[in-house]
Amino acid sequence: MNALSSKTETLKTETQNHVSPNTDSRLARRFAALRVEDRAALVTYVMAGDPDPATSRDLLARLPAAGADVIELGMPFSDPMADGVAIQRAGQRALAKGQTLARTLEMVRDFRRRDDDTPVVLMGYLNPLQRCGEDRFLQAAAEAGVDGLILVDLPPEHGAALTAKARDLGLARIPLVAPTTPPGRLPALLAQGDGFVYRIAFNGVTGSRRSDIAASLGESLIELKRQSPLPVAVGFGVRDGDTAATVARIADAVVVGSALVERLAETGVEGALTLTRKLAESIQGARRG
Amino acid sequence: MNSTLKTLPDENGFFVPAVPGGHPSGRRCRDVKNFSRKFFGGSPGDGHGTQLNQGYGGRYVAETLMPLIGEIEAAYDAARVDPAFQERLNELRRDYVGRATPLYFAERLTEHFGGAQIYLKREDLNHTGAHKINNALGQALLAQRMGRQRLIAETGAGMHGVAVATVAARLGLGCVVYMGATDIERQQPNVQRMRLLGAEIVPVHSGTATLKDAMNEALRDWVTNVDDTFYIIGTVAGPAPYPRMVRDFQAVIGIETRAQLLTARGRLPDTLIACVGGGSNAMGLFHAFLDDAVVMVGVEAAGEGLESGRHAASLNGGSPGILHGNRTYLLQDDDGQIRDAHSISAGLDYPGIGPEHAHLHDSGRASYVAVTDDEALEAVGLCCRLEGILPALESSHALHHAGRLAARQEADQTIVVCLSGRGDKDMDTITRHLMPEEVES
Ligand SMILES: Cc1ncc(COP(=O)(O)O)c(C=O)c1O
Repeated sequence: MNALSSKTETLKTETQNHVSPNTDSRLARRFAALRVEDRAALVTYVMAGDPDPATSRDLLARLPAAGADVIELGMPFSDPMADGVAIQRAGQRALAKGQTLARTLEMVRDFRRRDDDTPVVLMGYLNPLQRCGEDRFLQAAAEAGVDGLILVDLPPEHGAALTAKARDLGLARIPLVAPTTPPGRLPALLAQGDGFVYRIAFNGVTGSRRSDIAASLGESLIELKRQSPLPVAVGFGVRDGDTAATVARIADAVVVGSALVERLAETGVEGALTLTRKLAESIQGARRG
Repeated sequence: MNSTLKTLPDENGFFVPAVPGGHPSGRRCRDVKNFSRKFFGGSPGDGHGTQLNQGYGGRYVAETLMPLIGEIEAAYDAARVDPAFQERLNELRRDYVGRATPLYFAERLTEHFGGAQIYLKREDLNHTGAHKINNALGQALLAQRMGRQRLIAETGAGMHGVAVATVAARLGLGCVVYMGATDIERQQPNVQRMRLLGAEIVPVHSGTATLKDAMNEALRDWVTNVDDTFYIIGTVAGPAPYPRMVRDFQAVIGIETRAQLLTARGRLPDTLIACVGGGSNAMGLFHAFLDDAVVMVGVEAAGEGLESGRHAASLNGGSPGILHGNRTYLLQDDDGQIRDAHSISAGLDYPGIGPEHAHLHDSGRASYVAVTDDEALEAVGLCCRLEGILPALESSHALHHAGRLAARQEADQTIVVCLSGRGDKDMDTITRHLMPEEVES
């Protein structure tokens, strides 16, 4: 524990020297616009290449019109240890159809030809990035039009170098904050964070079915807001309009992943877009009721 | 090199100090057309593949687990120097596990190979039949000390699962064991045994349905049940402090071996040989000798042969990467996806290896060889007929290499082989391969 906290201290000082968070980014602009509207963002997670490259590309292109404010694009990994079955299977489907890191970036580049406003954030695990080479990956991601990264298995203890490089390229490192995160850890997490903060709603893997999602969340969001100017997104377990609306009243963004990925698997692109529209409507009405 | 190798890892859980330029992490990404080519089409060895100049190990896990893992480390460091904890551990080791295990001179194997003297460290004689209980007992006592009521574990061969189920019963704790569906099929006796001991077995169907998938599933359980659950990792892998903690609990193997050989022969061994899945029995044997002039050899599973691609040899056929919370050598493809491991022995069927072995490998302090399925089977037969000992398929990989080496050495050399477990659990597989006529009748 001592080693941990002393490491945290050095992290703080290290990262304070870096450039301040990017205020003129797609993410910053999007969240600023939503603040004016007094509406929470709908963040949709889909897996790159699921169920096949063409379908995935089509879905990605049509998500913004259906109401997605920010897109999280999953980078498939063979061993997604923090994901539930829905996203595990989505990753396996994508890999079976030949999805690679390079193809995922290619998808973003393709998306950017038609949409230069909707932020795209890549989410995944470290190993494929490492294999590719961190520098090379970050360069390619920035050039493709990626706005940020959510790296599930990169804690701030090991993240300083990558964060610095990402920031130099204008890529936001979106920190994950868990229910288990003690207040004392927040400074280290936030020091490496920009774009927005991703607050995991409860202990568990993606796609868990829990009904008590927003019950205990309020207070910890207040603490987060006290410590950081960044918008706060809440994810894990938002499956329907009602939950989305509940979360939209207390958070700046609502992340929907597994439910969307399941809908895609069951009913294809149209079904996934219908769910997106419904979620967007619920969020739109959430703060007006 | 450190003045003593025994003090690693550093405070961040890394087994090597920061090395400018990092480690050669291998080949380029797969090349995908036009735009991709610019970034992904570099030539092999151009340096772009080198990252994270932090050595092996670390703590690459989801944020939910980070605070908890810090707590485990603090609790372990307190327990390690607490005489009451050590006394309880030693008492149970002696009276429950049956330690010390013998260091046995394998006279007929030695005669057969006609060279170096072969000694077997008899971890197969432990309660539950393998070295796994050394670690399971230590971690379960730590869990109890931390007030955790529910133990979870992953298991491949089932030996670690049986060990955890056993100590859970003894300490009155709950126990859930994750096991790949493929392994459940090939290790039936152990599955029934765990159920009899009161453990719940959860079959894992994802991925290849073997050890790595069981570990993924155990991590998912842990992240969901952080409040009451202690995850007993079965080998010297996973996020820090596990590699160090498991090594320390297994180090009793080498400490005993050292004293036993000094008593019997008045000298240290020349060579230590152990099989390597994740590498816990090997680290356990090696650790006490790290600062001595003793040759150390880890034996990986070559499966159907290294050139076949169907093997589990992470050091001999893999490259550095990050999996299950630590940076180490892995079997992976050019895109960083983990490849399936293959071995006739479920306990070696893992695409990674403990980070300390990665470090010993790169620094040259230990060497790592590989033994095929067929060679391991041959060693099973030989050990049965010449010594009247049925070794586990895992341990037989080490036995085979010991024979190979002994035959090339003089009689004044001594080799200690870690006989990590007994082979009763493997009777189905062994019968099918060595006595096919028995299966047909
Ligand atoms: C008898 C035996 N030996 C060796 C191993 C491999 O594990 P490790 O490399 O951690 O010793 C196992 C794993 O199940 C085992 O059961």
